[in-house]
Amino acid sequence: MIRIGRTVTIGLVTAMLAAVATSANAKDAVKVGFIGPLTGGVSVNGLGGRNSADLAVRLRNADPKAKYHYELTVLDDECKPNVAVQVATKMAADKEIIAAATHYCSAAAIAAVDVYHKFGFPVIVWGAVLPDITYRHKYPEVHRVNGTMINQNDTNAALISQLGFKTVAVIHDTTDYGKGHNKYFSEALAKIGKAKIVATFGVTADQQDFTAELTKIKALNPDVIYFGGLTPIGVRIRSQMDKLGIKAVFDGTSGIVSDAYIQGLGPLAEGTLAFREGAPTAKLPGGKFFMEKYNAQKYDNPPEAYGAFAYAAMNLILDTIEKVGPDRKKVVAALGNVRDRDSIVGKISFDDHGQNTVAVITKYVVQDGKFVEWDDSEYASGKRKLPGQK
Amino acid sequence: MDAGLFAQFVMNGLMLGMMYALVAVGFTLFFGVLDVIQFSHGDVLTVGAFSALATYVGLNALGLASPWLDLVIILVLAMAAMALLGMLIARYLVMPLRSAPPLNTLLITLMLGTVLRESVRLFYPQGANPKPFPALLPRGAVALGDFNLRFDNVLMLAAGVLVIVGLQFLLNRTKLGLAIRAVAQDEETARTMGINFTAIVLITFAIGSGLAAFAGVMNGLYYNEINFGLGLYLGVIGFAAAIIGGLGSIYGAILGGFLFAGLQTIGTVMLPFASAYKDVFAFAVVIAIIAWRPTGLIREKISERV
Repeated sequence: MIRIGRTVTIGLVTAMLAAVATSANAKDAVKVGFIGPLTGGVSVNGLGGRNSADLAVRLRNADPKAKYHYELTVLDDECKPNVAVQVATKMAADKEIIAAATHYCSAAAIAAVDVYHKFGFPVIVWGAVLPDITYRHKYPEVHRVNGTMINQNDTNAALISQLGFKTVAVIHDTTDYGKGHNKYFSEALAKIGKAKIVATFGVTADQQDFTAELTKIKALNPDVIYFGGLTPIGVRIRSQMDKLGIKAVFDGTSGIVSDAYIQGLGPLAEGTLAFREGAPTAKLPGGKFFMEKYNAQKYDNPPEAYGAFAYAAMNLILDTIEKVGPDRKKVVAALGNVRDRDSIVGKISFDDHGQNTVAVITKYVVQDGKFVEWDDSEYASGKRKLPGQK
Repeated sequence: MDAGLFAQFVMNGLMLGMMYALVAVGFTLFFGVLDVIQFSHGDVLTVGAFSALATYVGLNALGLASPWLDLVIILVLAMAAMALLGMLIARYLVMPLRSAPPLNTLLITLMLGTVLRESVRLFYPQGANPKPFPALLPRGAVALGDFNLRFDNVLMLAAGVLVIVGLQFLLNRTKLGLAIRAVAQDEETARTMGINFTAIVLITFAIGSGLAAFAGVMNGLYYNEINFGLGLYLGVIGFAAAIIGGLGSIYGAILGGFLFAGLQTIGTVMLPFASAYKDVFAFAVVIAIIAWRPTGLIREKISERV
C-alpha cells in the first residue's frame, strides 16, 4: 500500500513538473535586482540609474530571442550605509533574485559588499567610485563597470597642475567617498609636484554651515578649493564661498556632476570644474542608441551621469543569465571571465578583483548653466578664464 | 590673527548664534509655561521655512516680483502658519497629556517631529533635494581687508535683535507678558487670579513657533538653500543651548545660543584636528557645563530641581 502510494505521488509530482515546464515554455520568469538612492539628496542619480536598468530589462523582454522573461526588483539604499546593508540583505536573501546592479553611493556600496559575499549574490556596481569596493577584498561576487576615483583624481590633479595653479585647499566629507577622494587627490597632486595643498578640512556629510572653514581658507588665499563630496554640501560650500567673497576655482569630483548642482546654484555654478569616470552619455560608443531608447520610454527623470553604466551593468547581468542560466554560482563564475566585452560604455574587462580596468575619465567645466566637456569649452580655448587663471 | 579675519569669524558666529538663540528661546518659553520639552520644535522650523518657500513660489506665479513685499508676505504667512501649528500642537498633543508622565509628552513630540520632517520630504515637490531659497535681501557687500561685510547679514542680525528685544518687551512690559510669567511661576495661583490658563499656554506656543518660522526664513535667506533635515540639527542645538542657558530663562537661551555658536567656531578655528570634530568639541563642552551647573548658567528665580 505504502509503496503504491509513493509511486503514485512520484508520478503525480513528475506530471506536475512536466506541466509547469510546458506552461513556462512561453518563458520562465527570472528576477533581477537594482539598488540605488531613490530618495535623499542624490536621488536624481538613483532614479536615473533605476530607469536605465529598467530600460535594459524592458528591451530584453521585448527581444523574442531572449530565453527568459525578466522581472526587476528595485530597492532604495537612501545613500546610507545602514539602509544599504538592510536592503542588500533583503535582496540577497531572496533566492529568486539571481543578480543585481547595485549602488551609486560609495558609503552604501562598501557597507554592503560583505553581505553580497556572505550570500554568494553576484552584483555589478554601477556608480560608486571608491576603489576599496572592489579592491579591499577579493570577493568573486562583486564587480564594477565604472572606473574608480583613483583614475579620476589623477586626471583632476593633472589638469590643475597644467593650468598653472599653485595652491589648493581641500574640503572633503568624512564618509568613505570623501576620504577616498582626499587621499587619491593629495597623492596625485604630490606626484606631479607642481601645486601644493595648503589645508585640508574634513566635514560631516550633512553640515549646514561652512563659514568657519571657508574663512580659514580665505586667510590662506588658495588658487583652488578642491571638494570631495556630493551635490548637497557642494551647493552649500560654493554658495557660502561667494558670501565670503572667496574667488578661488571650485574644483569638484564626480559627486557634483548633476543637474541638481546647477539648479541649486544658478549662475554661481559657472566655472566649476568636475571630473567623471567614463564619457558623456552622448559620446559613449552606444550613447546615441541608449538615449534614443531611453527617451522612447518617457521616464520622468533624465538618466543623469551614471544611467548608461546602470544600463551596461544590467545588460551584462542579463547576457550572463542568458548564457549560463538563472543560477547564482554559474553567474558569479561567468562574470569572473568577462574580458573585452562590448557595451554601450565601451569595452568591459574585469580584473581579478572584478574591477573594470578600462578607465575613461572626462573633464567638465560648468559653462552657461551646463556641464560642458572641458576640451570643448570656451575655458579650454582661452575665450573665458577661470578665476586666477594665467 | 588678522583683524579682518577675526571680524569675519565673529560675524559668522553671530549669525549662527542668532539662529540658535531664536530656536532656544522657543524651547525655554514652552518649558516655562508647561514644564514640557517640545521636541518637534526644530521641525516646526523646517515646515516654516518650506511654507515660506512655497509662498514665494506662489507669489512668483502670481507675478509679484518686488523683493521687499515678497519678503514681508512670506515672513508674515510663514510665522502665522507656524503660530497656528504651534497652537494645534499645544492644544491637541501637549495639553491632553498634562496628567501623564512627562516622558509621554517627550515621546509624542519627538514622533511628531519625524512626521513633520518626513511629510516635507514626501509631499513637497522633490522635497528630498536641497532647495534653493531666494535671496530677497540686498546682495551688496563691503570688503574690509579679509572681512566681507554683507548687507543682508547686517539686516538679518538687526532683525533678530529687534525680535528678541520685542519679545523681552512683550514679556516684561505688557499685561500678556505678566500673565505668561505668572503661569510660568505658579499655575494654580495664576488661575485663582483669573488668568485664562489655556489661552496663555496657546499664545505662548504660538509665539515660540512663530519665532521658529522666523529663524527658518532667516536660515533660508542666509544660506540661500534649505532642506528637509535642517530642523533636526537646529532643534538639537537649540535644545542644548536652552539647557546650558538654564531652561525657563529667556536670557539664558540667548546666551546659550551664542555660546554654542562660539564654541563651534572656536572648534573649527583653534583646534588642531579636523573641523568635522567641531560638533564633538562643542557638545563635549556643553556636557561639561551641565555637569558643572546642572540648572544652567542662568537659573530660574524659583528653581524646580528635576
